[in-house]
Amino acid sequence: MVLAQESAATGIGIYLPLVLLFALALAFAVFSVLLGPLVGPQRYNKAKQAAYECGIEPSPQPLVGAGRMPVAYYVTAMLFILFDIEMVFLFPYAVSADALGLWGVGAVTLFIATFFIADFYVWRRGGLDWN
Amino acid sequence: MTNVFLAQADIEAPPIDYAAILPMLIILGAACVGVLFEAFLPKHQRWPGQVTLSLLALAGAGVALGAYAGDSPERGVTTLSGTLAVDRPALFLWGTLLALALAALLLIADRSVEPGGAFVAQAGIAPGTVQDREQVGSTGMQTEVFPLTLFALGGMMAFTAANDLLTMFIALEVLSLPLYLMCGLARRRRLISQEAAVKYFLLGAFASAFFLYGLALLYGYAGSVRLADIANATAGTDRSDTLLFAGLGLLLVGLLFKGSVGPFHTWTPDVYQGAPTPITAFMAACTKVAAFGAILRVLTVAFETTNWEWRGVLWAVAIVSMLIGAVLGLTQTDVKRMIAYSSIAHAGFLLIGTMALTDEGLSGTMFYLLAYGFTTLAAFGVISLVRDSTGEATHLSAWAGLAKRSPLLAGVFTFLLLALAGIPLTSGFVGKFVVFSAALSDGMAPLVVIALVFSAVAAFFYLRVVVLMYFSEPAPEGPSVSVPGAFTTAAITLGVVVTLLLGVAPTFALDWAGAGGFALGS
Amino acid sequence: MIASSWLLVAFPALGALILLLGGNRTNAWGHLLGCATVIASFVYGLAMFFADSFAEAADTTVYSWIPVGALQVDFGLRIDPLSVTFVLLITGVGSLIHIYSIGYMAEDRDRRRFFAYLNLFVASMLVLVLGNSFVTLYLGWEGVGLASYLLIGWYTDRPSAATAAKKAFLMNRVGDVGLALAIFLMFKHIGSTSYAEVFAGIGDVSPGVVTAIGLLLLLGACGKSGQFPLQAWLPDAMEGPTPVSALIHAATMVTAGVYLVARSAPIYNLTEDGRLLVTIVGAFTLLLGSIIGCAYDDIKKVLAYSTVSQIGYMMLAVGLGPFGYALGIAHLLTHGFFKAGLFLGAGSVMHAMNDEVDMRKFGGLYRKMPITFATFGLGYLAIIGFPFLSGFYTKDAIIEAAFGQEGWRGWIFGGSALLAAGITGFYMTRLVLLTFFGKQRWRETTSADGREFHPHESPPVMTVPMIVLAVGSVAAGALLISGDTLAEFLVPAVGELSESDHGVLPHALIPWLTVLISALGVLLAWTLFGRRDTPVERPANVSWPVRAARKDLYGNALNEALVATPGLWLTRFSVFADNRGVDGAVNGLAAGLGGGSGRLRRLQTGFVRSYALSMLGGGVLLVGALLAVRYS
Repeated sequence: MVLAQESAATGIGIYLPLVLLFALALAFAVFSVLLGPLVGPQRYNKAKQAAYECGIEPSPQPLVGAGRMPVAYYVTAMLFILFDIEMVFLFPYAVSADALGLWGVGAVTLFIATFFIADFYVWRRGGLDWN
Repeated sequence: MTNVFLAQADIEAPPIDYAAILPMLIILGAACVGVLFEAFLPKHQRWPGQVTLSLLALAGAGVALGAYAGDSPERGVTTLSGTLAVDRPALFLWGTLLALALAALLLIADRSVEPGGAFVAQAGIAPGTVQDREQVGSTGMQTEVFPLTLFALGGMMAFTAANDLLTMFIALEVLSLPLYLMCGLARRRRLISQEAAVKYFLLGAFASAFFLYGLALLYGYAGSVRLADIANATAGTDRSDTLLFAGLGLLLVGLLFKGSVGPFHTWTPDVYQGAPTPITAFMAACTKVAAFGAILRVLTVAFETTNWEWRGVLWAVAIVSMLIGAVLGLTQTDVKRMIAYSSIAHAGFLLIGTMALTDEGLSGTMFYLLAYGFTTLAAFGVISLVRDSTGEATHLSAWAGLAKRSPLLAGVFTFLLLALAGIPLTSGFVGKFVVFSAALSDGMAPLVVIALVFSAVAAFFYLRVVVLMYFSEPAPEGPSVSVPGAFTTAAITLGVVVTLLLGVAPTFALDWAGAGGFALGS
Repeated sequence: MIASSWLLVAFPALGALILLLGGNRTNAWGHLLGCATVIASFVYGLAMFFADSFAEAADTTVYSWIPVGALQVDFGLRIDPLSVTFVLLITGVGSLIHIYSIGYMAEDRDRRRFFAYLNLFVASMLVLVLGNSFVTLYLGWEGVGLASYLLIGWYTDRPSAATAAKKAFLMNRVGDVGLALAIFLMFKHIGSTSYAEVFAGIGDVSPGVVTAIGLLLLLGACGKSGQFPLQAWLPDAMEGPTPVSALIHAATMVTAGVYLVARSAPIYNLTEDGRLLVTIVGAFTLLLGSIIGCAYDDIKKVLAYSTVSQIGYMMLAVGLGPFGYALGIAHLLTHGFFKAGLFLGAGSVMHAMNDEVDMRKFGGLYRKMPITFATFGLGYLAIIGFPFLSGFYTKDAIIEAAFGQEGWRGWIFGGSALLAAGITGFYMTRLVLLTFFGKQRWRETTSADGREFHPHESPPVMTVPMIVLAVGSVAAGALLISGDTLAEFLVPAVGELSESDHGVLPHALIPWLTVLISALGVLLAWTLFGRRDTPVERPANVSWPVRAARKDLYGNALNEALVATPGLWLTRFSVFADNRGVDGAVNGLAAGLGGGSGRLRRLQTGFVRSYALSMLGGGVLLVGALLAVRYS
């Protein structure tokens, strides 16, 4: 707290932790990307050359050959985003749950219920079935 | 500054005026229930369930709106921490949106003109594949279109009532995303439909980026996204006007895109043509209302004091839009594209009223939106009836001699075209009249002259269709005119009756539109 | 009677509504209903004429049409001498034309729909003349344009009819823009569009604006009345059935322009320049019309250009100012009688001749069609100004008034009016000689569809209206002019008729001069066409004035140069700019410059990237312009 107050006096200093975090993240990403080719075994196959290396094969395209991803893939992707968004909103709630009191519980319950509507839809429409 | 890292002690929940926002809540709530219907109802019950739900929601929202509007405060209220302003213009636009959405929903729900409805059974199947050929015969449809329509409608309602730019942006996305999807759902001509969806999506995202960038610059300028705060900030002199005007410009690009105002119209013809016709009708009517409702609010509430700086530029935009719409409309051979160019020209006319920033300008523009919405919606309803073996026959050559085959349909379409051209005793004339006279009394005489000339030019391409229907020999293998089901008949009748009523006795609608201005406080 | 004057409009409007909505169920009696509604209006108008006095204009408000803030537009009617005069002309001549149409259209399957359109036409025209504000007038104005469009394009199997209908509508739209602008100007400077308030407030408006309003109104009048430079649609409008031509030329539509100028008398009284331009347009058009009328072999087109010329006389008269309004209206009334009679006569001839319009194929018809000949002959004598027939009185009065102007104006306007009187004598005599006298050329030839001609007199349902109109052609002039009957009646609406006494020629001389010049024209025509045979084939090798006249004195070329070509180039440029700006592709260049309709279709490239680019360009321009405005 003391640190924050002192930095605030010097103006832009409060952003220093952010900059450090950014540098750290960048360094980690560069490190990981470089490390793989250096130390890992070099055995290529077709799947590894694909655009998204996650087991989903692009559908063959007769005309262009650019390789589209099948629609089923996007259902999974969207499901991921759904939970992502839920998380984004639940974190700040969790931090100030006490201050928000009973009203906050009600609001966040409503939010989760709304979220589950979409969840139900994906579930009933087979978005969770693999194949 | 210490609070940056600390949770605040007691957080007050903002007061919410539930009565004011009830219509919107009903629509969005019904949309959520619609999604649940999709999840849990068996296939054959979905269509009746969704139609009933959607109609009930529209009726309920209408009743709630009517009940609230009856004794709403003169200057309106702002609620939800000042993010929504429910004032008289917002109420009028909500009413317009609900009424137009009702007519559009009737077109969407129709399953007799095209067996099984205008929507494909499985939109996710790639065109040209084996599965695609298999589903040609099926009469199922994606009933998701109903909740999507309601979500879009809810977004539009929020869009016209948004009192700060961030809410406006969220509303913009809520209204846009369902529309992108709905464009790709056409049962026939899958490829062009999907192309329309992708184009609309990509360009829409592009426009959203403009809007967002403008928002950021304006926040930088005013230190707030609240419209009223931006207006207060413009009164001060020590801030950078570069931020202000660059922000306004980028914001306007995003808004003008939605209103399909030239030169940001490029998506309009392709998307209008490719989308399923009921969706085109919904877009042409409701999106226009929402977009111009938002433009009206932004310009009036936030930028009134700076209007001498931006007005000249919007003059140019209006002229370009009218020019593109009226002149390029002349060379169209597809009737849906032609109406698309007509909508671009009308966007130019609307912009003229929007710029007036007077009470007359506000009420005139809103009246114009109401009038134009119903006319164009009914026109698309008629277009959906002219069909041949491959679906709708939208090429103009197919419309030759239509009056001989179906005099009633040709007569109705002629009436609607005359309304679009602004002939007296139709709503189009009254709309143009009130908008142009508002512009004139606000010192925009040269612009009115130009607009009159362009409306005369635009009359030519409406006339071309009339000539074609009445004075040409029908093609031997021409299209047939489907007997419309109850839903489509109701929608077209509604559109025609409103067009006539607003032309003959516009008093009541003008009174509603002129009932009060925007809520200026926060 | 005045309070319920909306019935005048309601009768024909209701007729049109019933006939259009009733569909084929009303086929059996539709034509009778169509006639009955117009006759009802006529009777009502007549009753009103005798029962009420019109010393003051009576405004009645039917209902409030467009009320927004400061702008109040009521749907109201104004009953005054001017509007009542027009009501009687429209419904009176209109009734006769309706009755005539029963016979003329007897063989048309869609006769009921035809009557619905006729009723719509009459109702619109009544709204036009009865409205008590310029906006109501505009309503009727557009309605007349629409109805004429439907009727001119009646013969849907003829492509030329569709073209003519389109041309009429579009050239009218050009005029409409002028009228609309004038209305908006009035609203801006006076704050109202009703006659009462506009005329009361026009005095406080700056002279420049008054002149602008006057000129814009004139543009509207030119479009509707077929005056230079917007005259080209009127002859093409002959593509419609002949009763329609009669209705357009005698009772409705073309008279609207004259009405507009006369109605706007308080405005024109204030603007010398505006009036002068009206006069110039009138004088020019009356010469133009009469010259072209000499060149055509199509009986209806000759009559059409004759109308152009006669309306020119009326415009000339109303342009002369306070002492011309009544003269213009008087000529309008007599012209209504004789031109309707001439058109119905021409229709009767065509009816007898398998719808043939080429006068070179007629000849010697007076034996076969005595009634038509007699009525047509009376109309002919009236139009050339034969002494003591109606045209003599009214046309002569206009020529006299034109010579009554000071200095060069008197010579120019009077001279051209006098010259045109001679030319009128020439082309009308040519028409009558070619049609009714000489060798029976139709015996040697066949109609376009290969049938032989068997001319016969028309049924009574057609001849009776012609006889009534002929009687009117003979008597109307004397009734209206002698003792200044009409002029005094019109005083409350257009002001006192004042004589001018500084004319360039003595008054007493002018009538005799007119008769002399007309007689010369008749004589010349007789020498050329009466004394020798006319070839059935049209001579191709003719002198340049005839060639020019045959090409409508290049009226179409003028319209093309003024309106059509710039429009075409604008379209091409926009398409070009759209393609260029969007993609810069070569095909865009080709479409822009080539301009073929097939290539024009490629308006948009269809590439999302190009669309996005144009949006970006637009955005950059928008932001740049905003900043430029701010920092300039």
